[in-house]
Amino acid sequence: MDLKKLLLRNETALIVAIVILSVIIGMKSPEFFTLSTLFDIFRSSFVQLLFALGVLVVIVSGGIDVSFPIVGIFSGYSAVVIMQRFNLDTNSLAIPIALAIVIGIALGAVNSIAIASFGIPTLIATLGTTGIFRGLMLTFIGSSFISDIPAGLDKFATADLLKITPAHGTLARLHVLIIPITIITILVSLLLSRTMFGRSVYALGGGVEATRRLGISIKRTQAKVYMLVGGLSGLAGILYVSLQRKANPYDLAGSELDVIAAVVLGGASILGGYGTVFGTVLGVLLISLIKGNLILLGISGSWQRAAVGALLLIAITAQAIGESRKAKNRRVVTNDEAAEK
Amino acid sequence: MSTVLTSEYGVENIVKSFGGAKALSGVSLSVQSGEVHCIAGENGSGKSTLIKIMSGVHAPDSGLIRLGERTFTELSPREAVQEGVQVIFQDFSLLPNLTVAENIALPTYILRKSRFLSKAETKDIAAKALELIGVDIDINAPVAEISIASKQLIAIARATNLGVKMLFMDEPTTALTRKEIKRLFEVVEQVRSRGVATVFVSHKIDEIQEICNTITVLRNGEVVADGLMKDFKRDAISNAMTGINVSETRIAPELKKSEKKVIDVKNLTTKPTFSDISFSIAPGEILGVTGLLGSGRTELAEAIFGQYPVNSGEIHVDGKKIQLNSSSQALKAGIGYVPPDRLTQGLFLDQSILRNLVAVDVDQYKSSGGRLSKKRLAEVGDRWIKDLRIKTKNPLNPVSSLSGGNQQRVVLAKWLAMNPHLMILNGPTVGVDIGSKREILEIIRDRAQEGMAFIVVSDDIPELIQICHRVIVIKNGHISKEFSEAELNEEVLYKELS
Repeated sequence: MDLKKLLLRNETALIVAIVILSVIIGMKSPEFFTLSTLFDIFRSSFVQLLFALGVLVVIVSGGIDVSFPIVGIFSGYSAVVIMQRFNLDTNSLAIPIALAIVIGIALGAVNSIAIASFGIPTLIATLGTTGIFRGLMLTFIGSSFISDIPAGLDKFATADLLKITPAHGTLARLHVLIIPITIITILVSLLLSRTMFGRSVYALGGGVEATRRLGISIKRTQAKVYMLVGGLSGLAGILYVSLQRKANPYDLAGSELDVIAAVVLGGASILGGYGTVFGTVLGVLLISLIKGNLILLGISGSWQRAAVGALLLIAITAQAIGESRKAKNRRVVTNDEAAEK
Repeated sequence: MSTVLTSEYGVENIVKSFGGAKALSGVSLSVQSGEVHCIAGENGSGKSTLIKIMSGVHAPDSGLIRLGERTFTELSPREAVQEGVQVIFQDFSLLPNLTVAENIALPTYILRKSRFLSKAETKDIAAKALELIGVDIDINAPVAEISIASKQLIAIARATNLGVKMLFMDEPTTALTRKEIKRLFEVVEQVRSRGVATVFVSHKIDEIQEICNTITVLRNGEVVADGLMKDFKRDAISNAMTGINVSETRIAPELKKSEKKVIDVKNLTTKPTFSDISFSIAPGEILGVTGLLGSGRTELAEAIFGQYPVNSGEIHVDGKKIQLNSSSQALKAGIGYVPPDRLTQGLFLDQSILRNLVAVDVDQYKSSGGRLSKKRLAEVGDRWIKDLRIKTKNPLNPVSSLSGGNQQRVVLAKWLAMNPHLMILNGPTVGVDIGSKREILEIIRDRAQEGMAFIVVSDDIPELIQICHRVIVIKNGHISKEFSEAELNEEVLYKELS
């Protein structure tokens, strides 16, 4: 790829933004440039990234899912409740994770039915299921805060891959999740780029009618997409519970802003058809950086949401401008072609 | 004596009704492999229904579908593809966000029922498919960034790649320039020579005469004529299609001598799109503007209407200089503009015919207090529907319920309702059938007689000759030549264009 194209890529802009922001924060407070800060950003990105990968797939397919936070906490909270009620092996990590993923897929299947079978617009469908899922959880699963989560999950919160104590400064701890999360990220990337399912998702985002004429089943693709988001959200939910060392059914609500902002900042087109895993990873890191460290710039915590919201709007505006500029360039190209002839 | 083995593709005695309406009543069609067959017919003649039956979208009520050795009473879309039937729709059904390579290769993977795909193989499949039809296009480019002509060729490459035996092309030349059409015909010839039964659906008579060996003419769901192309004269085809004598003689009204100028364009320049464009138009004059796609003709039309940026130059309307780069100023000065793509630019498809008719100048229909007067609206709507012979039962039906020709009339009516001094029509009859086309040209003529000036931008040379007083040819953004009324004939215009 030539240099000009590389520079114009969304990912490049994000890297530049991350670097500039880091330099500004670092100049204000030198303690920013420590391993501990870096590892903290990673830690706060794990759950967000899992959600974001799911949302990326949905957005590329031309849809949107706003039910993922409730699917996440529903799955995580329910897994803990089930563990306790049925006296399952409290030291196990695999059981609650598997439970949460299965519950997440099941909830995703409900979205799939609403969207693929009944043809309800994706935003409305997932907004509706958000309410349904929340009501069901609070009524039938529980509405109380659980602080004594199963031991396996609790211990996992401090399962560190690396512990480094620098000569000066605080202890830096890198959570072991960095490995599985990296693997999952790579798998989603391969899923999108190397499988027919992945390409069908892009095709669907590019045009429904053309995709149908290709012989790709729209319904089946959509159904898989929302189940995949459900599964990823379930996993994100249980990891959230583990990392927080508590299961609170009221948590995660409102996190859709951060996640959708991260995915759109990462270059996914809200109109569908475009988006990359790498961009999404960078988007998540940028949002984590802002949320965790704006305070070092003397900006109060309450401004964080405003900052993230503003970033979302900036990203969408940039997309729209880029789109119209592209259209103009296209015209010039055809004129040049005509001139050559 | 040697015989060439050919197979036969087509239908026998197909009947198909929708609700009570018969779309096809006993249509038979036979296409040999290695020939280019034309299906001609007006909108609503049953062309699309026939294509849909052969590609498995609709099942016929009765009749047989013959594909080589095999006969079917109906087909599923998958069966149709497996039997080698491919349709290239007018929108090409390509995915703009994927690369050329992926667009060509994806159906191959789908047919193979693969779960995975590799980038290298995708490119390989695409490169081979393009090579097969002798076309060179960058396979790594996203489809969104390539020209319409290239998209068409990609759609053909994709079809041939799927082992096509019968290829339908639905109005393939609508958006192409002369040069691109020539290239398309070369590719069609390639495909034909490899034994594909090619079906060309079109109503552009020049083109079907050039490329097709045999022809079937449909009207109201019946075959009204068929046979060898060479046995058909131009008039015979259009008469068969319309059932009436449609003449293609000149209808431009006599131009009254006038010193007045409705518009005076001086040295209009936007580099590199066009430069130093100057011309003026008298009241009642119809000026034709033509040029290849990309010559700057569309941009020029948009620039006069203030929609395309102008770097320098002057435009005077009725002697007064108008502000450039502002379509609201152009509107105020009395310039109207009908864009070429009525579907995306000119109409609100889901809204009623009436609402579309009054959309340009809603203020006219306000009653006191600023509310829209329903009665005024209905009067205006009825008048236009009658004046322009728009065929509809109810003006409250959505525009999308109308045929292409009638939609175009709604666009025209919408703008004529403002009574502009100068009307710019960009491709006024694109995708419109012959009967409607004539009527649209007659509408232009009638208005011109009343003194309205027109700029007709088109690449349909016969149409320009029928209606225009003068034609200017744009080449690379310059006026390469101007033809006066006496000089207008097809041969010289085509020559100047190519």
